Amino acid sequence: MADLRHDFVGIKSPNPFWLASAPPTDKEYNVVRAFKAGWGGVVWKTLGLDPHIVNVGGPRYGAIWGADRRLLGLNNIELITDRPLDVNLQEIKSVKKAFPDRALITSLMVPCEEPCWEGILRQVEDTECDGVELNFGCPHGMSERGMGAAVGQVPEYIEMVTRWAKAKTRMPVIVKLTPNITDVRYPARAAKAGGADAVSLINTISSIVSVDLDQFAPQPTIDGKGTHGGYCGPAVKPIALNMVAAIARDPETADLPISGIGGVTTWRDAAEFITLGAANVQICTAAMTYGFKIIEELVEGLEQWMDSAGHANLASIQGRAVPNVTEWQYLNLNYTAKARIDQDSCIKCGRCHIACEDTSHQAITNMVDGERRFEVIDEECVGCNLCVNVCPVENCITMEQLPAGNLDKRTGKDVPSEYSNWTQHPNNPMREVAE
Amino acid sequence: MVDRYLEDGIIEGRLDDEAYEQNFADAHPPLDQHEAAVAADRCYFCYDAPCVTACPTAIDIPKFIRQISTGNLDGSARTIFEQNILGGMCARVCPTETLCEQACVRETAEGKPVQIGLLQRHATDHAMQRGAQYFARAAETGKSVAVVGAGPAGLACAHRLAMKGHKVVVHDSNPKAGGLNEYGIATYKSVDQFAQHEVDYVTAIGGISIVNDSRLGAGLTIDGLLADHDAVFLGIGLGGVNALGVDGDADDAGTNAVDFIAGLRQADSFATVPVGRRVMVIGGGMTAIDVATQARLLGAQEVTIAYRRGQENMNASSAEQDQSSSKGVAIRHWMQPSAVTKTASGSLAVKMEFTAMSGGKLAGTGKFQTFEVDQLFTAIGQTLASGDEIGSIVVEKGRIQVNDELQTSNPSVWAGGDCVAAGEDLTVTAVAQGRDAAESIHAALTA
Repeated sequence: MADLRHDFVGIKSPNPFWLASAPPTDKEYNVVRAFKAGWGGVVWKTLGLDPHIVNVGGPRYGAIWGADRRLLGLNNIELITDRPLDVNLQEIKSVKKAFPDRALITSLMVPCEEPCWEGILRQVEDTECDGVELNFGCPHGMSERGMGAAVGQVPEYIEMVTRWAKAKTRMPVIVKLTPNITDVRYPARAAKAGGADAVSLINTISSIVSVDLDQFAPQPTIDGKGTHGGYCGPAVKPIALNMVAAIARDPETADLPISGIGGVTTWRDAAEFITLGAANVQICTAAMTYGFKIIEELVEGLEQWMDSAGHANLASIQGRAVPNVTEWQYLNLNYTAKARIDQDSCIKCGRCHIACEDTSHQAITNMVDGERRFEVIDEECVGCNLCVNVCPVENCITMEQLPAGNLDKRTGKDVPSEYSNWTQHPNNPMREVAE
Repeated sequence: MVDRYLEDGIIEGRLDDEAYEQNFADAHPPLDQHEAAVAADRCYFCYDAPCVTACPTAIDIPKFIRQISTGNLDGSARTIFEQNILGGMCARVCPTETLCEQACVRETAEGKPVQIGLLQRHATDHAMQRGAQYFARAAETGKSVAVVGAGPAGLACAHRLAMKGHKVVVHDSNPKAGGLNEYGIATYKSVDQFAQHEVDYVTAIGGISIVNDSRLGAGLTIDGLLADHDAVFLGIGLGGVNALGVDGDADDAGTNAVDFIAGLRQADSFATVPVGRRVMVIGGGMTAIDVATQARLLGAQEVTIAYRRGQENMNASSAEQDQSSSKGVAIRHWMQPSAVTKTASGSLAVKMEFTAMSGGKLAGTGKFQTFEVDQLFTAIGQTLASGDEIGSIVVEKGRIQVNDELQTSNPSVWAGGDCVAAGEDLTVTAVAQGRDAAESIHAALTA
């Protein structure tokens, strides 16, 4: 059986699945339920200074749905914990004592003043939790008060506060990054410069999820008004994966441990984050949608895949996909693929045809010899993969490589055997000319 | 179960009121909003969708389903009614399992088609319950058209003609309009007087008047209609029934299934409709299925359909056969009636001969079995009613001959529905022909 035991900057947990700092980790009752269900770790919902903040009394969440109302994206305007600091600290201490084998991290957000950080760090240390996560990510509400994403969007502030924190505590410091920036490498580098032990990302994405067309107001709507919230759930995973990979690939931060966050719903999502350089994952929306029981499938599914693929432990998969992430200019322009439609599994919906027809390439028939039939026209197919993406039947359409030496009917030339990229292409005015 | 259930003979009141109510409830209850959303989500919005090709009225099914899924029920209803103004009834009675839903790609993919019929009902119910009208009449053309028959073909024709601005007078031989929708459809497919509501909905566009109890051959003639109108459309259906033609002293003892169903549809109470304890139905089409199923629901204890060919040859769809079987009807194949005689007790002895294919033709085997029944129904096809006076209009194989424009041998007379040779005995086909004939009439009148 694959070994899922996990050590993240010295913090040990039986598996790499942590609950992210969020509504499900706001109090002892929930966290105990999560640990009993089998979660490897918990990042306690962000603590702030007393007097504690308040939340709206109306709706806090909005959503978008896929087929059959499957929740794909969640938008939230809930702030940090709205309970007194003391209550949270006592509960953290109690839970850590009851579950010494689990990772328990405390998320923090206080004003950008050194004494504020010093004070709260001292109090958190007393709980004997395993580490702290600096919340520089929340895009809504707290950012208006100069905290959360307002810090995370300014690399100099990240470095400054991280440095304060490292100076005031012996605990490992994880810096949670906001995706609401242009290039995530800069905040990551700043965290590292400030001495961070690790970064975690992504926090939620600034969003308006929908508009009430009767009230002409953003949703969730509170007394006729709405505000932007933080977007999360399956819909944000692609954005998170890209940002995790960017930090993992950056020579300046390649050795900075990453806790991957953003839309993780299944073991497969988790495995993808880990192969792109994350050491573990944090999960929130999936637990909010389905409850803590999903940890069973997450653990068993990851073990099952690792066993069947022959991966003994997390180290043997971590970062494995990072070397294969490159810039567009280095992609092999001689690689040639053509779509192939398996006629036995085709249900003749015609979506591949109309997608190809109206998108650009006109490379799929809808009629052959008077019969409704969908076939790829190799002379036109550029191998774009759109037909695969719109086909409702998995594996009915596949992209098959045209091996070197075979005639590409679209170009009228044989597929070259050698690798050749844009930097060498004759159409590139900046090409590297071979001497 | 009341005592009368086991009594021999053709009697009324075999069941108690609760059983009747349960038996004749809506066969396919409507989808609620959530069910409709889930069902609509399953549509793939196919290109050149096979379901549309399979629909005789060519409703843009992917479009109306997409409109349901986006909460645009009025738009959805309009999409349906543009092609088929009787889309409400068709949603209830179409054999979707052999039309749109059979062609649905999800039938191919999973054996579970999108519930097109129920979704169509969802949208059309929404519109009709609110009386929402989506089509206005064009300016009066000053032209007038007589439509004979207020069934699906006649109503569809009348509506389209009214839309074009023509004046329409519809003559119908029955006291109520609707044709087979009112008198022929199985009760549980059209509950709550839906056929009459639909007549009201269709005629609400204006410009259509309906004359009831007005019949060709009984005061009404085609020449007379042409004298008063610019064109005539015949949607007169098939009013006659085929005779059994067997030996025995009671060869005429069979009850005509069409008349029985009409009587059942018009009955004030199911408890007043007499039915036998032991019932046999001769035939293999939808009428045979409908009469057999409804006989069971009325309290007949044993109901057998006897069909002279195999299951695969039956005109009734497999879904209709299954529905019938689920209600306890036995379907026997490969037997044909040979003689019907009266027994001493007053019941009928129906002597059936087993059949088989012989040299590519259906033939008797010389082997027999006799069934003792209280009531025998015949459902072996219908004919143009002999009383209908259609003058010199050419009839072909027992039905009115029409060209591609649905024009009869008289260039001022069009025809559609079950009475024409091109018909398929389907409500939806009748609607398509009525609509298309109206377009042809309009083109001729405005040429």
